Amino acid sequence: MRPFQYERAASPARAVSSADAGSKYHAGGTTLIDLMKLDVWRPERLIDISALKEPRMTRIERNGKALRIGSMVTMAALAGDEGVRRSCPVLTDSLWLAASAQLRNMARLGGNVLQMTRCSYYRDTSYDQCNKRAPGSGCAALDGSNRHHAILGTSDACIATYPGDWAQALIALDAVVEILGKDGPKSVPFATLHRQPGNRPDVETTLAAGDLITAFVIPDADWARSKYLKIRDRESYAFALTSAAVALRMDGDAVSDVRIGLGGVATVPWRATAAEAVLKNAALSEDTAQQAAEAAFAGANTLEHNAYKVELGKRTLVRALMDTAGMEA
Amino acid sequence: MADDIKKAGPDRRSVLKGSALAGGVGAMLATNVRAAQDGEPRAAAAVSRIPVSLSVNGQTRDVSVDTRATLLDTLRHDFELTGTKKGCDHGQCGACTVHIDGERKLSCLTLAATVEGADIVTIEGLAKGDALHPMQQAFIDHDAFQCGYCTPGQIMSAVALVKEGHTGSDAEIREYMSGNLCRCAAYPNIVAAVKQAAPQMGDA
Repeated sequence: MRPFQYERAASPARAVSSADAGSKYHAGGTTLIDLMKLDVWRPERLIDISALKEPRMTRIERNGKALRIGSMVTMAALAGDEGVRRSCPVLTDSLWLAASAQLRNMARLGGNVLQMTRCSYYRDTSYDQCNKRAPGSGCAALDGSNRHHAILGTSDACIATYPGDWAQALIALDAVVEILGKDGPKSVPFATLHRQPGNRPDVETTLAAGDLITAFVIPDADWARSKYLKIRDRESYAFALTSAAVALRMDGDAVSDVRIGLGGVATVPWRATAAEAVLKNAALSEDTAQQAAEAAFAGANTLEHNAYKVELGKRTLVRALMDTAGMEA
Repeated sequence: MADDIKKAGPDRRSVLKGSALAGGVGAMLATNVRAAQDGEPRAAAAVSRIPVSLSVNGQTRDVSVDTRATLLDTLRHDFELTGTKKGCDHGQCGACTVHIDGERKLSCLTLAATVEGADIVTIEGLAKGDALHPMQQAFIDHDAFQCGYCTPGQIMSAVALVKEGHTGSDAEIREYMSGNLCRCAAYPNIVAAVKQAAPQMGDA
């Protein structure tokens, strides 16, 4: 690892004013220290925000129907919150099905949504070609080993999969991100936080330099009928091959509202709006769920090793929809 | 889609061939030189040290650490507590698991500078004098290891798992122990050990 300066932030405002192009925030450190050891990230200075105690960054709060989750809350803390599990199980399922108990005790939710792809050509600097790590160098995954790579939201420059789970629940539930920036606080829809690779895969998010995520807000956190289904190579402690975050409101057999996020298959957290449109106001059955799944993957681009994700992704979504419909509301 | 890719550099196959001929070290040096030319012309940053007060197994010591030092390396090198093991060093295997303020965490992904004032417990801190912790005894009773390298991390994780209340079933124990890999595959014996120790632990 390369040498760096270390400082502890005295407050969120001080952290933001101190941030510059050569610095990175240190929260849980689980992505940061890993990528620094790999020499993929080379910050000159770390601003440690892990000990900040500001209530707006550390609490889980309910205000009417809205749920506000501080960015410094650990994955484990939210995964174990009984109230959130009852009102929005998709928010807690997607956390305890991710990483390991140790990592969930460390990783903060603000960093969780910003975790980097597991593409081995990004993580291994012995490969010259990676447009995300070295812009303009090419993409070794296109004709390399791409079994884990994305089939939605890809470009000719990058097919790296967004690895996270919780983000699929956030995008499905129309979450809002609260940010403290150099110009003060601001809020943006979670759906606009990440950007598809296009011809600039190195630019992962719409965050400006110094922007610090302080909280996530779910404006309408009343989705007792919701779940996260994750399909992996092994039963636990693995990234998703395919996953589905599903939230339903039913009126008898009819779907009165539906939200779908898809993981393991796209370059960014993925909202399956076309699939939602198929189901809205329709009667939910295996047939309509299948039609929704067809719509969700209609735009898939596959390569040598990842074409299986189309069929697996559809089956994952159908099963998630049917399982969710069977939950007690 | 793969047909119209613009290849800016040599393709992967020729890079691999080149590195095989030049040797891995030569290829790595070449990559670093090119990275420096491409946009990181800065001189190598100076090593930075920081004083930290660490509380390990109930004893507090002031040490000066490189900002890069992980808690794992600090425990092993500065405190000479070599029970905590370095496996993958990337947060994937669990061999380095310790307790920080009562929670199991990975010391390989924890910078020593970030745990000033925290209460750190390692495998060396579990036994009370010559009396083994019930989890340590259970691992012996059930032969829950073969080579033993992952064992300190397994035991630290298992103790935390019991305190977290995840012993409801074999499946739950397996799920909440999944962050600790055992390449000797002593998994069934580890589950048995956890089940034996759980009711014996009390407040231990």
